[in-house]
Amino acid sequence: MDKNALRKNKRPKKIKAYQIVFIALVYLFLYMPIFSVILYSFNVNSDNLTFKGFTLSWYSSVLKGDPLWSNMWLSIELALVAMVISVVIGTLATIGMYRYDFKLKKYINGLLYIPLVIPELVIGLASLSTFSKMGMDMGFATLVFAHVTFCVPFVIITLRARIADFDRSVEEAAMDLGANGWRTLWRVTLPMLAPGIFAGALMSITLSIDDVIISYFVSGAGQITFPVKVYGMIRGKVTTDVYVISTIVIVSIVVLFLAYMLVKKIWNKHHQN
Amino acid sequence: MEDKKPIIQLCGISKTFDGTEVLSPMNLNVYEGEFLTLLGPSGCGKTTTLRIIAGFETPTQGRVFLEGNDVTDLQPYRRNVNTVFQSYALFPHMNVYDNVAFGLVEKRMKKPEIKEKVTAMLQMVQLGKMENRKPSQLSGGQKQRVAIARALANNPKVLLLDEPLGALDLKLRKQMQLELKALQKNLGITFIYVTHDQEEALTMSDRIVVMKGGRLEQVGTPKEIYEHPATKFVADFIGESNIFESSVVSEEDGMLTLMMENGHVKATGKNFKTDEIVYLCVRPENVFLSETPVEGFTLKGFVKDHIYVGSNVKTVVELPNGNLLRINMHPMSKLAETGSLVSIYWDPAKAVVIHTKEDSMYDAIEDAVLKD
Repeated sequence: MDKNALRKNKRPKKIKAYQIVFIALVYLFLYMPIFSVILYSFNVNSDNLTFKGFTLSWYSSVLKGDPLWSNMWLSIELALVAMVISVVIGTLATIGMYRYDFKLKKYINGLLYIPLVIPELVIGLASLSTFSKMGMDMGFATLVFAHVTFCVPFVIITLRARIADFDRSVEEAAMDLGANGWRTLWRVTLPMLAPGIFAGALMSITLSIDDVIISYFVSGAGQITFPVKVYGMIRGKVTTDVYVISTIVIVSIVVLFLAYMLVKKIWNKHHQN
Repeated sequence: MEDKKPIIQLCGISKTFDGTEVLSPMNLNVYEGEFLTLLGPSGCGKTTTLRIIAGFETPTQGRVFLEGNDVTDLQPYRRNVNTVFQSYALFPHMNVYDNVAFGLVEKRMKKPEIKEKVTAMLQMVQLGKMENRKPSQLSGGQKQRVAIARALANNPKVLLLDEPLGALDLKLRKQMQLELKALQKNLGITFIYVTHDQEEALTMSDRIVVMKGGRLEQVGTPKEIYEHPATKFVADFIGESNIFESSVVSEEDGMLTLMMENGHVKATGKNFKTDEIVYLCVRPENVFLSETPVEGFTLKGFVKDHIYVGSNVKTVVELPNGNLLRINMHPMSKLAETGSLVSIYWDPAKAVVIHTKEDSMYDAIEDAVLKD
């Protein structure tokens, strides 16, 4: 009796019509710009202001070869390289900070959050001035350095949430059963961290591929990332191939996201913890 | 103890964390095939002692010997001892089979041998059909069994158990106590068991080490510890005790006459000085009431209450100075009327007298431990 009553109370109430309208408006507001990009990628007219008719000709010309692709590939390459470096540094840092106690640990922890709150403009400017004072030429290397700088804190924060739930004695148990430090890391710590590492990697890719401001400062003449390139085109004319490539990116991200959900579902089924 | 071989020797080990001494230098021998329990309240150093044996902590001073070899500086993975953790510490990303096989894989055993061993271990803890389950799909008792199987699969010389039953409910805990004890007997492996539950310690152990504040209070069989507590703390911590301060009137062939605030009583004990202030400890089940005075006892009190608890009746007697004396009686026995004045007596052999001076007490313990 009691239990039923409780359950009845906890059941969510039915949604009302005006609430549905409100939600619809919010979502429309969120997604309309994206749909307009997709819609205009099929536009016959190239001024991107009026929709004249449906065509796939932009797609065929983009797929045949478009100068923007090189910027896109650069962005992807950069995101992947920055992700690998950030994940390695971030994972080691998280495990180290979790395992060992040392002086100033509290402050080192605090310093981690500062890059998150400093305006990107400042980081970009600081990176540019530091790199040029060090005599480095702006290019892929400087982009990677700058991106790793802002990706690492996110990886650590994501991983830390996961490692906080760790039972410390699990690592001790592995040592107790004959695994040395490296074997423990390989067979116990890293597998247990895997979902966090995966989430951190995705986070890093997203941040990196998205970044305009910092990249704007540290990219060289021939090495311009896709967002920076598009940003530069706004002053002149945004050509329809930008819309096309954006649509392709949006669609691939949606597909990747769905794939991620699927993998996660399968993972949870096999690794319930 | 002469015929038994020590498998673990702790020689003067102590531990200091951040300037605080959590373990005072202590000596302890653990013998082959025995079930030894480290018993004490939280913070008494029992878990630290266990972790020093396992190798998770290095003693600040002293050496640890395993089968005569100094293992003080050996890493946990180089010691042939295994631990069952309080939190089970199963690997959440591995199924039951892989958990139990973990140590065997580290030893680079061949796959068919691993399979044979793991199957045997799981059968031993009655989890034969659970091989493919994840730890998250097991109950607390099952997790505990996996943890035990995982540790025992490595054929350890000594199995260390850190409050392994702490997270289980009372009924399951009682059952697991008996199972663990039976397992230890069958395998003949030395178990070192840490608990704060005195009843658990009495049920399972061959020997009990009572600890308090980083020091050994008493080492002995459950019977010795229960019947002859060496310190007031042990008398109080293990089972129920009536403890009173009293002074020694005379000693004659180990028979002591003591003066309590409200009368004279008798007890046994040696090496006490006349007029020395001592603690007198009597278990509730050893106290009797009589309508007429008994020779040697002039202690009297008023019956305050009878509490029926099923297996016995707890009688509370108030002494003239307001102190309460607890007595356990058989439920069938004739009970004195509430409010009546009764004479109190006991078998002097069942009453224990303890020095109040801490130093002499610890010296006596030290001697006893070193002798053994």
